Amino acid sequence: MKRKVVVLATLAVACAGGAQAQDATADGIAKYREMLQDGNPAELFEMKGEELWKQKRGPKNASLERCDLGKGPGVLEGAFVELPRYFKDTGRVMDMETRLIHCMETLQGFNGAEVMKTPFGRGEMANVTALATYVATQSKGMHFNLPQNTAQEKTMYEVGKRLFFMRGGPHDFSCASCHGEEGKRIRLQDLPNLTKNPGDGVGFAAWPAYRVSNAQMWGMQLRLNDCYRQQRFPEPKFGSDATIALGVYMGVNAKGAESIVPAIKR
Amino acid sequence: MKHTPTIVSLAGASVLALGLSACGSSGGTADHDRITADVVKASFQDRGIAKVDRLVQDDANRECAAADVARKPIDEKVAKAIEAAEMKTMKWPSDGKFIGDWKEGEKIAQSGRGLTWSDNEKTVNGGNCYNCHQISKEEISFGTLGPSLYNYGKLRGVTDPSAEASKAIVEYTWGKLWNSRAYNACSQMPRVGHKGILNEAQLKDVMALLLDPKSPVNR
Repeated sequence: MKRKVVVLATLAVACAGGAQAQDATADGIAKYREMLQDGNPAELFEMKGEELWKQKRGPKNASLERCDLGKGPGVLEGAFVELPRYFKDTGRVMDMETRLIHCMETLQGFNGAEVMKTPFGRGEMANVTALATYVATQSKGMHFNLPQNTAQEKTMYEVGKRLFFMRGGPHDFSCASCHGEEGKRIRLQDLPNLTKNPGDGVGFAAWPAYRVSNAQMWGMQLRLNDCYRQQRFPEPKFGSDATIALGVYMGVNAKGAESIVPAIKR
Repeated sequence: MKHTPTIVSLAGASVLALGLSACGSSGGTADHDRITADVVKASFQDRGIAKVDRLVQDDANRECAAADVARKPIDEKVAKAIEAAEMKTMKWPSDGKFIGDWKEGEKIAQSGRGLTWSDNEKTVNGGNCYNCHQISKEEISFGTLGPSLYNYGKLRGVTDPSAEASKAIVEYTWGKLWNSRAYNACSQMPRVGHKGILNEAQLKDVMALLLDPKSPVNR
């Protein structure tokens, strides 16, 4: 905990620095990452997730070890970099978080609808984030390669593209307002172009991530939720088709990008 | 208890089923547009002041987004029609005065507050200006989504905003702030006045920031 405070102070100094503030901030984060190589706070979530994965829990007192994340029951390696994908058993395209909740429901007997309604960071939702961090980390260093083999997956890509460019709210913002071009920033924050592969560990390939600014672990569902908040849109429901479709659009565009999960973000 | 069907129906399998029947045969743009509309309807909920009616598309947003999806520039005739329609929304200062206090304008330009679901009705909206534009030279934390506005008035030869010679640029600047889409159909800049993001007094202060020779923007 102490280390985190010290490092945050370093970052704050970097942010306040003169004309080179942007470089200084980037340097600060790079240094922070370096310092945390042996103790990335995200690893705490990863460890918690591993425990949750193996632990017998829920009304059925079962573990998640037979959960099929797309590559067969219990296969974790490489599963994350192919999500969201179509699942025959549910007849829908699912992302990592919704699939995990599906497994919590079918294997462990949790009420999936209740879990999906739980606020981020609380109760079983906090467990879903930890599980997602653990599962994603089993694909660390692998490259995104989302399947586009089924009609459902192709449809979700097209829907995601339309959502990405959909302008609305009092500010007429769309996802593309900020993420449609290269080399742009908001204030000093660099913005990845999500209409293509923005690079290894950037954009879609940077989540789940530990956020230094608020000391929280964020999965893609919360990342999208907060984007829409800032876009001045109403709230996307957790696991809704809009969030899945955007995941498919960004994930397919990011084909070949290396996942650096668990990442650290400002 | 059978939980699986709960997830399936809750998360909008019906939407996807629609998509499938349509896509199995053709999978064209119109189908995808329709499925997207269904997905939008099923996926969002009111939260705080951010209600689902914010998702209703006006013609300008619908046409601009469609051009983006097709990855081609908007049709010129459509663009002209949007600009003409948006121009009709223009409201000029009720007392004929365009220029307020640049110091207040700077505060408004700095603020990114307002209109999210974590704000409320009492939140004083900011202009979000620095998020996208360089404005004064002193503020180095600026975005680059919009063009630099440093020396905005100076570069346009405005030495006295109330002079007759400045009238055209003063009115254009007000118009651009009130409704940017009247000049550029698919501009990414919010329609700050028309959409009620800033009120008339706030707009005057931002005008002063951009055009007052005493403003740090022009010094």
